[in-house]
Amino acid sequence: MSSNVITIPGVQIEARPWVDELHQWLTTVDHKRLGILYILSALLFLVIGGVEAIIIRIQLIHSHNNFVSPQVFNRMFTMHGTTMIFFVAMPLLFGFANYLVPLMIGARDMAFPRLNALSFWLSFLGALLLYFSFLGGGGLYGAGNAPDAGWWAYAPLGARAFSPGHSFDYWTLALLVSGFGSMGTAINIIATVLCLRCPGMTLSRMPLFAWLNLVMAGMVLLVISPLTAAQIMLLVDRYLGGHFFDTQAGGSAVLWMHFFWIFGHPEVYVLVIPAFAFASEIIPVFSRKPIFGYPVMVAATVSIGFVSMSVWAHHMFTVGMNSYANSFFAITTMAVGVPTGIKIFNWIGTMWGGRIQFKTAMLFCIAFLFQFLLAGLTGIMQAAVPFDWQLSLSYFVVAHFHYVIVGGILFAMFGAFYYWYPKMTGRMLSERLGKWHFWLFLIGFHMTFTVMHIPGLLGMPRRIYTYEPGRGWDTLNLIVSIGAFIQAIAILVFVANLIISYFKGAPAGNDPWDAWTLEWSVSSPPPAYNFATVPTVASRRPLWDQKHPEDPDSRYE
Amino acid sequence: MSAVTVSFPNTAAPWQLPSRGKVAMASLIFAEAAIFTIFVVAYLFYIGKSLTGPTPREVLEVPIFFTVCLLSSSLTIHIASKCLQRGKQGGFMALWLLTIVLGGLFLYGTGMEWHRLIYEHGLTISTNLFGTTYYSLVGLHAFHVTVGLVMLLTVAVFGIAGRVGVSQSGRVEVLSMYWHFVDAVWVVVFTVVYILGR
Amino acid sequence: MRTESSTLRSLAQAILPLFWSATGVWASEPNGPAANATNIFAPASTPAKSIADLSLFVLIITGLIFAVVFALIVYCLVKFRDRATAAGREPAQVYGSTQIELAWTVIPILIVVVLFLASARVIHAIQDAPEPPNAVDVTVIGHQYWWEFRYPKLGIVTANELHIPVSEPGHPTPTFMQLLSADTDHSFWVPEIAGKTDLVPNHPNKMWMDPKRTGLFLGQCAQYCGVQHAKMLLRVSVDSPADFAAWVQAQQKSAVEDETVAAGRRVFESNACMNCHAITGTAANGRFGPDLTHLMSRATIAAGAAQNTHANLRLWVKDPSAFKPGCLMPAMQLSDADLDAVVSYMETLR
Repeated sequence: MSSNVITIPGVQIEARPWVDELHQWLTTVDHKRLGILYILSALLFLVIGGVEAIIIRIQLIHSHNNFVSPQVFNRMFTMHGTTMIFFVAMPLLFGFANYLVPLMIGARDMAFPRLNALSFWLSFLGALLLYFSFLGGGGLYGAGNAPDAGWWAYAPLGARAFSPGHSFDYWTLALLVSGFGSMGTAINIIATVLCLRCPGMTLSRMPLFAWLNLVMAGMVLLVISPLTAAQIMLLVDRYLGGHFFDTQAGGSAVLWMHFFWIFGHPEVYVLVIPAFAFASEIIPVFSRKPIFGYPVMVAATVSIGFVSMSVWAHHMFTVGMNSYANSFFAITTMAVGVPTGIKIFNWIGTMWGGRIQFKTAMLFCIAFLFQFLLAGLTGIMQAAVPFDWQLSLSYFVVAHFHYVIVGGILFAMFGAFYYWYPKMTGRMLSERLGKWHFWLFLIGFHMTFTVMHIPGLLGMPRRIYTYEPGRGWDTLNLIVSIGAFIQAIAILVFVANLIISYFKGAPAGNDPWDAWTLEWSVSSPPPAYNFATVPTVASRRPLWDQKHPEDPDSRYE
Repeated sequence: MSAVTVSFPNTAAPWQLPSRGKVAMASLIFAEAAIFTIFVVAYLFYIGKSLTGPTPREVLEVPIFFTVCLLSSSLTIHIASKCLQRGKQGGFMALWLLTIVLGGLFLYGTGMEWHRLIYEHGLTISTNLFGTTYYSLVGLHAFHVTVGLVMLLTVAVFGIAGRVGVSQSGRVEVLSMYWHFVDAVWVVVFTVVYILGR
Repeated sequence: MRTESSTLRSLAQAILPLFWSATGVWASEPNGPAANATNIFAPASTPAKSIADLSLFVLIITGLIFAVVFALIVYCLVKFRDRATAAGREPAQVYGSTQIELAWTVIPILIVVVLFLASARVIHAIQDAPEPPNAVDVTVIGHQYWWEFRYPKLGIVTANELHIPVSEPGHPTPTFMQLLSADTDHSFWVPEIAGKTDLVPNHPNKMWMDPKRTGLFLGQCAQYCGVQHAKMLLRVSVDSPADFAAWVQAQQKSAVEDETVAAGRRVFESNACMNCHAITGTAANGRFGPDLTHLMSRATIAAGAAQNTHANLRLWVKDPSAFKPGCLMPAMQLSDADLDAVVSYMETLR
């Protein structure tokens, strides 16, 4: 057993001038810095998207409200959805993947560092393009406005005839540009995981985080392409007089729906699988046990990846497909719940018999478990097609998908922040502020999104800028809106925690959580080259082997 | 001051992982195949659905010669790549340039066909569903051929300057994977547009 | 499985009335009957009822799953929480168990099969129901931001407020609707009568309903169709056979001709009104906007955006954006005199 210790004694490092530091950040190709850039950019747009949500909720706080005009409201929900999916969730997940995957597999960087940088800046450019629409998008409603056709932009609403001016083109271009960025990152992740693992790390010894990001990246390749294709077709229609979705020329509005949802559904699995990855790393460490059923978790994820490609038209149950098509998509949608359920059971199996530590990161992951369970079940409800004929396009669906994305994905992401912030910055986040963040956000989340199912059951459709009194929706919407304000406060607490802890947090050391994967073997933050010597591993938990030489995992795998 | 301690058991077997260039190109091909699939699906879906205008049967002529050019360029690039791996510079350059010529011929053929369709038959991208889907699909493919040709030309320029040798054969191999993909897509497009669609 | 579903069915039939009245009572206004008339669990028609029954079945099953897993997680968190006494010792490192994995794979698959079969039955029952010869036929055409209703066999064209006959048990008279769109996508949703079906241009759809009780049922467009999507409301009046026959007769007549409002009629015909609106028996034959022949038989205007009163009608004609900013009816810039005249004319269109 060899041991390499490299120390550099007596070196004084001068602080660089800030311009130089800024230049370093803007031209970096280091996966850790790019990861942080992705995360910071995502946090910025989280706040912006959150403001858009607050505007929506104030407008809907009671019937016949006049806080904003219908035009502004429609822009708000379009921008909110587009921003959150493409410029918050995806960059956050790519950011964590970028930062952690090379560290976890014992590599020095991603396979293609410059492609990595290009991908980030393309993604950021896409976000800027989308928001430039507020200034640059001319149209029927006056100078400068954002797109307002919803984040799916159903044909023919996206056609020139119904969306004149350029506001809609900003949406199209933003998605096209950031789509290329996403594809670049996906290619990078795949090449990194397949080609840069350290010696001894066979695929079956990789941390689940790396496996799940590999599956996610494969899905991105398959799934962003249909969106890119659809956007190109849309541009052909809008600018070259094409007829892809021109119903007057015999084109099909339903075809757009198919193309969009062939992207759109697997996209939500692209978002949730990395959230599963967070949970799969955090829950074992705070239960003090290895993940229960590692091979089954991998198999379940891969099968989710495949099956999720066959469920897309469950977003189209009301569109008038025939009963056989509806039945097909019903069975595939229910089927994808099986491997997903298996994963939930495996996380419970991990905690079972463990010693659960209720650190903030773990609290968020536990809430994730409950909420994702419920979200999955409301998904199964909607897979029962006739039930969906009532639930679709109502606030029940809005509640369901926010349960998945906020209650599932965002909660897991918060867990990831509390878990890996020490590694990234060398400081611990404040547990006290963390608990305030958690409980406030939990209460606000449930006030908003648990209650939100009910207006859906009572007939409230989505995407309406106001509603009629006397339908029984007023009080419920009031509660929903108050919950949104509470969540906003929780986010402020979170941001405060991030900033304050950066300067005043307790020093983290290499391994504050007594964890087992390779990123905890290097300093916090890691040196630019990650590992002085490329490590060699013999099991799934190399640091467990190191800490427990009398009972290493390598004996059992 | 930084201190890093690593201490792990060694493994015995040699550690071989796939080449990242090949993996990346395979991934890119996978994604591009998905984009083309969507355009092909749109083309197939809209066969026979145009409300007006020229039909495929009326205006399309099967481009056999130019298809043969493109498909044989796959052969020439394959042999060129093999030549380079074995260090045969001359063979490599000759076949590489031939590949470029054949690819260029294909593009020329596409251009000629489009010229005929637009000026003799009045078929443009905005004429009808056939026009829209035809120009989009064939155009997307032609765009990929163009990008490929630019890359091939770049390698040719470096080759003429004497900078392409055996140690670049891996990268040349990766590029030829792309070129094979472009040809394979043409087989599909050809079948869909000139055989099934008519 | 048959036994299981019929047991659940009788269970559902026992619980359903309680459930529905609970939601209905809780959600409605203190005065007036069922003011909240868009509750998916208060079905008044066969499609809505089949859906509500299936929904309850699904809710019970998913509710049970939730209860079991929730209890498991809570138990786990309580029993296996870190205690000071166990500090420093790691628990048994268990890697997995094939039997357990098998169990919690097979059981969900069985549940999925049951749920799927239950759903498939209802899908076919609703979507593939044959149309009986005595059904009332309505063609619905969705517009930005109003509903056009045509009764082809009865020769009626109207807008926004649908009248259909009640379907009595001994003498079922369902209504079958064909759904079309003149512009973008819309969706016809009256929750207590049926699930929603979209109106997609170039893609005709069909749906049916057979309401079992008379009354007024509310709904609205459910597929985002543009700026005033929120104000594309629906009113479905389910009439007794006699009332329905009377309504049909009245709608089939041409417009009332009243000489006292001739001035207003001239204003209507000489401005651009007739380019968009139709009034049978006059020269006005525009189809872009709603048919106004029997405007005063409707309780609301602007697809439910306002009550059909004199003041509202006047304001609507003067400036539609007062009720629906962004709607496609322009303000006609009429003088006050013209405006009063044309409104007086319109108020004779019963």
